[in-house]
Amino acid sequence: MTTTEVEQMNMVQACRSALDYALSEDESVFLLGEDIADPEGGGVLKITDGLSTKYGESRVRSTPISEQAIMGAAIGAAVAGMRPVAEIMLMNFLAVAMDQLFNHAAKLRFMSGGQTAVPVTVRTTTGAGAGFGAQHSDMIEAWLAHAPGLKVVIPSSPADAYGLLLSCIFDDDPCVFVEHTMLYYTGISGPAPTPGTMIPLGLARVLREGSDLTVIGYGKPVLEMSAVAEKLASEGVHIEVIDLRSVAPWDTETILQSVAKTRRAVIVHEAVRAFGVGAEIAATIHEELHGELLAPVARVGSSFSPVPFATPLEYAFLYSADDIEAAIRSTLG
Amino acid sequence: MTTPDNPTLIGMYETMSKITAADAKIRTLIVSGAVMIQYYSPRGQEVIPAAISAALARDDYVVTTYRGLHDQIAKGVPLPELLAEYLGRRTGTCKGKGGGMHITHPDSGLMVTTGIVGGGIPIANGLALASVLRGDHRVTVANFGDGAANIGGFHEALNMASLWKLPVIFCCQNNGYGEHTKYAKATAVDAIAERAAAYKMVGITVDGSDPVAVYVAAKEAIDRARSGEGPTLLEALTYRFFGHFFGDDTHYMPKEEVAAAVAADPVPALRGRLIQEGRATEVELEAIDERVKQEVEEAAAFALNSEFAGPEEIETDVYGVRVPA
Repeated sequence: MTTTEVEQMNMVQACRSALDYALSEDESVFLLGEDIADPEGGGVLKITDGLSTKYGESRVRSTPISEQAIMGAAIGAAVAGMRPVAEIMLMNFLAVAMDQLFNHAAKLRFMSGGQTAVPVTVRTTTGAGAGFGAQHSDMIEAWLAHAPGLKVVIPSSPADAYGLLLSCIFDDDPCVFVEHTMLYYTGISGPAPTPGTMIPLGLARVLREGSDLTVIGYGKPVLEMSAVAEKLASEGVHIEVIDLRSVAPWDTETILQSVAKTRRAVIVHEAVRAFGVGAEIAATIHEELHGELLAPVARVGSSFSPVPFATPLEYAFLYSADDIEAAIRSTLG
Repeated sequence: MTTPDNPTLIGMYETMSKITAADAKIRTLIVSGAVMIQYYSPRGQEVIPAAISAALARDDYVVTTYRGLHDQIAKGVPLPELLAEYLGRRTGTCKGKGGGMHITHPDSGLMVTTGIVGGGIPIANGLALASVLRGDHRVTVANFGDGAANIGGFHEALNMASLWKLPVIFCCQNNGYGEHTKYAKATAVDAIAERAAAYKMVGITVDGSDPVAVYVAAKEAIDRARSGEGPTLLEALTYRFFGHFFGDDTHYMPKEEVAAAVAADPVPALRGRLIQEGRATEVELEAIDERVKQEVEEAAAFALNSEFAGPEEIETDVYGVRVPA
């Protein structure tokens, strides 16, 4: 038996490579954010390490700690035809810039009757599990997906992160690209994509085919979903695993096709369960496939509380692989 | 110091006359019941954009606010499309989907009009940053009121603009009120321009009813910005005759204060000054007034005769299409 060595890439390398490629391909691309230039360490999480040395501090610029000004500068430059990539260090800090993001970035195309576009990409990281507590760990993608005009993308693998980040940068609408901190830290890696490979936004990916139940998620939970599906396969239960990848717009077609086949669905996200993305997907499945379903659609999410600091509490707060397995078993009946 | 020559001053007067006529027309349409729209009259503040725009190039950028009719007209947004947008019609600059509070007309350099107090200030930095990155030598004027100078985004944006020497003119049209609250009850400093020192930026306060003073200050600020010397905080003291929104009972504005401001109306004041100083004749200015009135009437007729967009427009322009790299 022979094996072919495929070049591997982790999440950090994937995001950095996509930014590198975009900067090299298009003069209108530039990066701004706190600490992102090399004199400041190439980003607190090192995602932009080396880029300012390669492209200069005019195109890879460290900013003051001023999220409203960062977001506003990115929006204005985008309206003028640039393709800025703003790093808002942590997703919770989006709340500081929400007027710019929600009232301006999301709406300027519509309010101008299509005369102006806001091709801005906002990169941000977040996620519980590393002891950052209540203001550095939240998943607030539902806030953003609820805003007409915004696109929200949350990758689970390095190849997807690369291809989706490039698509966000070269998309003509404001995109929020959410990187999960734990996916950096756990060092998951996967095959490196061919440079310049873009993955269209709004397309889910079927990671594993199955006939008994569809489990749908995005970001880090996709890892646990896949592990649970693998475990159940050994019991003869065939789970279809779908990585949504884009939360807004989301791929209703792929989801409904799959659930029409399996007639059972479980939705998983790290965000708190109440009023989450899972509720929208579950409602859509119920509306479209009512009568076909063999069981109500189940949702798995985190507890309805701020993210607690102490490790045992943090893990008790978080959704878990056990929760996913229990929801699947219960839905299977 | 570059003082405006005669054609420039007469041009400013024409702009002010046009703003005044358009504002009067909109108010008449509202009062008569012909249209039902929210309107924030800039009457009293005409001098500021008339003078600044006289010192700007057409492709320079302007950002303004819901009280922005004067800024939009002065920057050259065509009157028919502008009034049609104020009336929400399909033929408007934004197909009636933005309204007067969200006028955009990139061909005139009018890039953003925001309804969020202070929301346009950080965006102006971005327009200016694009000019720096491209080396296109445009400047950006961010218009806002004294109320906007108290939001956090003002501080963030002015610090960033000064730090990066962005070609922005932060134009605070200080009309003495933030919505219904008097300046002194909401703002700790005597003049907004004093705050420029905190950002190591040039700050200047001028009489916003004096066309020459505004023009001279604006020209210096624009030249400074264009030559890479950074932003200016230009505060122009002014007054809004009709309160926060049109229909506002203005009980919080002392009657004598309003009367004094109206008595000092800067539009007839410039008219009188031009004649008195022998820069223009009564006949010439009368011709200008007649011409712009006619223009406004035609634009209003165009707007009133235009249809509203159909419901198919509701979900159009929410997103664009993905473009390949």
